[in-house]
Amino acid sequence: MNTPLASETRCWPVEGLTRVPYWVYQDEDLYAREQEAIFRGATWTFLGLDAELARPCDWKTTFVGDLPVVVARDAAGELHAFENRCAHRGALLCLKGHGNSNEIACIYHNWTYDLAGNLIGVAFRRGLRGQGGMPAEAKPESQAPRKLRLANYHGLLFGTLAASTPPIEEYLGPEIAARVRRVMKEPVKVLGGYSQMLPNNWKLYLDNVKDTYHASLLHLFFTTFRINRLSQDGGVIVGGDGGNHVSYTLMNTGTRGDEYEQAGVRSARDGYRLEAPELLEAVDEIGDGITLQILAVFPGFVLQQIMNSLAVRQVIPKGVGRTELVWTCFGYASDDEAMIARRLRQANLIGPAGFISMEDGAATGFVQRGAAGAPDRASVVEMGGRDVASDGSRVNETSVRGLWQAYRRHMGL
Amino acid sequence: MAVDIALQLEVEHLLARYAHAIDDDRLEAWPEFFTATGRYRITTAENLERGLPLAIVSADSRAMMRDRVSALRHANIYEAQRYRHGISSTLVERLDDATARAVSHFTVVRIMHAGESLLFASGRYLDRIRLIGDGGVPQFEERIVALDSRQIDTLLAIPL
Repeated sequence: MNTPLASETRCWPVEGLTRVPYWVYQDEDLYAREQEAIFRGATWTFLGLDAELARPCDWKTTFVGDLPVVVARDAAGELHAFENRCAHRGALLCLKGHGNSNEIACIYHNWTYDLAGNLIGVAFRRGLRGQGGMPAEAKPESQAPRKLRLANYHGLLFGTLAASTPPIEEYLGPEIAARVRRVMKEPVKVLGGYSQMLPNNWKLYLDNVKDTYHASLLHLFFTTFRINRLSQDGGVIVGGDGGNHVSYTLMNTGTRGDEYEQAGVRSARDGYRLEAPELLEAVDEIGDGITLQILAVFPGFVLQQIMNSLAVRQVIPKGVGRTELVWTCFGYASDDEAMIARRLRQANLIGPAGFISMEDGAATGFVQRGAAGAPDRASVVEMGGRDVASDGSRVNETSVRGLWQAYRRHMGL
Repeated sequence: MAVDIALQLEVEHLLARYAHAIDDDRLEAWPEFFTATGRYRITTAENLERGLPLAIVSADSRAMMRDRVSALRHANIYEAQRYRHGISSTLVERLDDATARAVSHFTVVRIMHAGESLLFASGRYLDRIRLIGDGGVPQFEERIVALDSRQIDTLLAIPL
């Protein structure tokens, strides 16, 4: 007898996009379905920066959901992405995070691959001294690592297994694509990276990134120094099929209002000043007055500009209740020393120890823990109405609703 | 090579006082372990090996360190937690009359308010020490905290 899987008996709340049921963050079998329908389905997963593979024969390892992947630049300079799985017994081909070699050999039985992921050598294929080996008609290539379609969009590498995934620019949508190009305006240089292990489902991190409402309420550092307040000019643009968004803030507008003080908001603490204000010394390097832009692409990519701190973040699910957030910070290849120093100083704002981002790792975990016994209850996502649309106000949850619109479409929920 | 016992003890004493200050939640004392223009970095062994300059935390002065303590006390929101440092294998090398270099190993257990203990961090302290700093005691001119792992669990609030 077949017991129906938990997620097949689940129903989305009748309110639709304004409710997110907590079972989406909890069900084990839903996680397995997400791997197939989303990560191995018609979506583009961010794989890294073109600049991480600067030299011929550079390769790195990463993940598309649970699927381990190798991204490589071959000797001719061409980029490839393929499954990090040997055709023979399924072992990882590359163990390290990055390397440089002409070919890749599986350590288990020394089967070898070129940097496009083609099987080029089977050890002792013809046996030894006429004995052993594979039959002549054997086709080990039939289990070769799957190749991903790879898109290099202005230095951002995306991969997909599905033939049906639309071209990357179409997938992003024209407005989001323009905001990607705004940051990726010239060749970049990697400054370094680290990972943050989050005690929550991967979608809670996306929820958090797309939640423009929380930024100046949870992140007190922002508000106290008047870097970002919801009364500043800015907005949120939702693109693609709802799963992509950009939120942005313009400098020097609306920071003297007293809406927060009047509303008695916790984060409106005054009289707090930096002893070393050089931390926040920034230049308008893109020249459009936008001091902060957070851009997210479904299912797991974030492009960040916080003043002069530029970074990409990769959201990698590690089971139902655990997520790895991979941060890679970068500057432009043309940066002078002063600009590099500025970016490194401003990196204090971001990451697991970031003045304005450390709370995110905790807050998403609080939801995972808070909703643990309430799979059939739901969160309320009704700020700014009930639809998915771009808006001039960030007291809004439109991009969160967009995320769930895209998620439900991919999952058939 | 003969061990300079007085120097060894002096450096180990500085390392011990530093760890006690953090583990006892005396964070306001943390910047005082540095010279006024002292450098502090938390980074990963991987970033160091690859010659990548990014740090998870960086400060170039006591003032920047005081700002971080002030933010931790008044602005940032995180669950109550404490550290317990273990420091070992301290190697000391005198650079000149005024300064020494030290490398030591550390492990830090993070204890959450609800009781969960986790091996939160391990790595090396790479220190340059001014032997006679303010008040006649040794101070860090530079302390690089090189984490063995590139993964940080949840968040890193309290300095290491």
